[in-house]
Amino acid sequence: MDILYKVFIDPFLQMGTSPDLLVQTLWDGLVAGVLYALIALGFVLIFKASGVFNFAQGIMVVFAALTLVGLHERGVPAFVALALTIVVMLVLAYGVERLMLRPLVNQSDIILFMATFGLTYFLIGVGQLVFGGNPKVMIASELYLPSGAFEFKALGGFVSLQKIDIAAVVIASVMVGVLAVFFQRTRIGRALRAVADSHQAALSVGISLEQIWVIVWFAAGVVALATGIMWGARSEVSFSLQIIALKALPVLILGGLTSIPGAIVGGLIIGIGEKLGEIYWGPLLGGGIETWFAYVIALGFLVFRPQGLFGEKIIERI
Amino acid sequence: MLYREAGQYKTSYAADMAVFPILQDRIGLAVILLIAFVVIPLSGNNFMLNSVLIPFLIFALATIGLNLLTGYTGLLSLGTGGFMGVGAYACLKLTTFFPQVNIIVWILASGFFSAAVGVLFGLPSLRIKGFYLAVATLAAQFFLEWCFIRIPWLYNNSTSGAIEVPLRTLFGIPITGPTATPVTRYLIVLAIVVGMTWVASNLVHGRIGRMWMSVRDMDLAAELIGIRLLPAKLLAFAVSSFYCGVAGAMMVFLWYGGAEAEVFAIDQSFLVLFMVIIGGLGTLIGSFFGAALIYILPIGLRAVPAAFGLPIHPAAAEQLTFVIVGALIVVFLVLEPAGLARLWQIGKQKLRVWPFPY
Repeated sequence: MDILYKVFIDPFLQMGTSPDLLVQTLWDGLVAGVLYALIALGFVLIFKASGVFNFAQGIMVVFAALTLVGLHERGVPAFVALALTIVVMLVLAYGVERLMLRPLVNQSDIILFMATFGLTYFLIGVGQLVFGGNPKVMIASELYLPSGAFEFKALGGFVSLQKIDIAAVVIASVMVGVLAVFFQRTRIGRALRAVADSHQAALSVGISLEQIWVIVWFAAGVVALATGIMWGARSEVSFSLQIIALKALPVLILGGLTSIPGAIVGGLIIGIGEKLGEIYWGPLLGGGIETWFAYVIALGFLVFRPQGLFGEKIIERI
Repeated sequence: MLYREAGQYKTSYAADMAVFPILQDRIGLAVILLIAFVVIPLSGNNFMLNSVLIPFLIFALATIGLNLLTGYTGLLSLGTGGFMGVGAYACLKLTTFFPQVNIIVWILASGFFSAAVGVLFGLPSLRIKGFYLAVATLAAQFFLEWCFIRIPWLYNNSTSGAIEVPLRTLFGIPITGPTATPVTRYLIVLAIVVGMTWVASNLVHGRIGRMWMSVRDMDLAAELIGIRLLPAKLLAFAVSSFYCGVAGAMMVFLWYGGAEAEVFAIDQSFLVLFMVIIGGLGTLIGSFFGAALIYILPIGLRAVPAAFGLPIHPAAAEQLTFVIVGALIVVFLVLEPAGLARLWQIGKQKLRVWPFPY
């Protein structure tokens, strides 16, 4: 009975007695969720357009952030470095398409998945060789990102909101909005959706697959850069950041591999669920549960919806 | 010239269905086994045994385990590291409770524990497929890893949080613990790996293997021809985890001689998956090729600059290794997506018709 009380009643009592902690936890979860959603967004863009499960998205985040900081360290002004990093991501997208995707066209999914592992190793090696393996500080103030925190009294306690977190939420929302408009309203966006629906049909109406792949990998690279700046500003730019890619995977399967709204909703569910679990149920298990709690949440959803919340319905034919 | 099957007539169905139908293959296998069991222990130096052959064999066994699941049954799993860990910790607990029973028995028995855990985490596989399943198995990986760190009972409450391998003997000869010689450990690993490979070969050539392969090729169609999917998939998870568990137990008890939870981290799962894919999905011989290539390649690459006398900083060499391994994986997949096993087959075919092109 005691354990049942601790699992089912005590956490909710705590939530009721100190609402300020609850609000703080929800806010932290929201921010983490937005950032997970950003990484998941990069995955979804690539998976939709090329059917590649891009494991390298996590290292692309690190690589983009490292390039930005590394260029700035070498005396390049911040915004020039930003522009140069975008150029680097374009070159990377082009190289990936040319050297990896094009020769591997029509191979099975697992082979392409494996190839992105190769890309991950390659980028880890190149990143360390060029910029060194030490953690770096993100050039947040040079990019006019705010720092510090708002603190205000609410609900009988203090709630503190980091300004950088607010900026992250705003930037992420803007980015999702821009991507949505790009996908729905532009000529290239229509082509992207056509490729996502069917490669063959898209080819037959004259859409260049190669061009589309470069564009989605580039878009994923830009998303990775934005994610890298945000995560980097919150902690630091180091290779340990790539493990956040593993955090984005449950987000991805929870929302559905092919759905952009799914990535965002999934990100929020995972982010908030993880933080609530960590604060209210974590102590019961001795803490440190955030490494697997997200996966358990995702698994719970998957058992009822095997294609994720917003994924395309899986239709199987013989 | 030597590799010709002319004149080798098959006069029974058994001969026709043999795993090695060609005489030269059987001779080759016998020679390899002879070298592995007799020549290497007599002549091998400790470095070669400790840092190349023992790990190679252990990884080959883990690769066979994952290959049974991913290559033969088509279920992508990223929880290999966790399942290996279950084997290692189960072995430690068993030998702590029953020190009088021989350690080899416990190494093999610990496989059953990881098989049970594998079945548990394999349950969602009936509903969840493809990459969704791969991510779901990551839940197993992270949960098990967390258990290895957070439950002190698993590592006998030792202060370092690591497994400390006790001394165990067989006929008075130490086989685990610090005093065991590399040659003894190598022979035990070799015997277990050869025996389990033989079992795996029989499994995949028999009814169970054909059942798994039909599930892999199309599970809906397999269901229609009367294969019950849940038992088939769970059996694959069980057998695969059994192999991985034994490999994990051997890794700690016969190779490292002591290990922390991070040995069974997610990197290990990915490493074994590399070996499966580079070696060739759905081939046993490919598992050995894959393990050899992926394990030995970085060792070789590290030795290259030293061999040419190039002054490269060790850290830079490490990073270069990453770049080269990453690039090689991509290049290799572009050149031969079906893996090293396919190259081996092509080579044999060429040899049969040599000197003619076909």
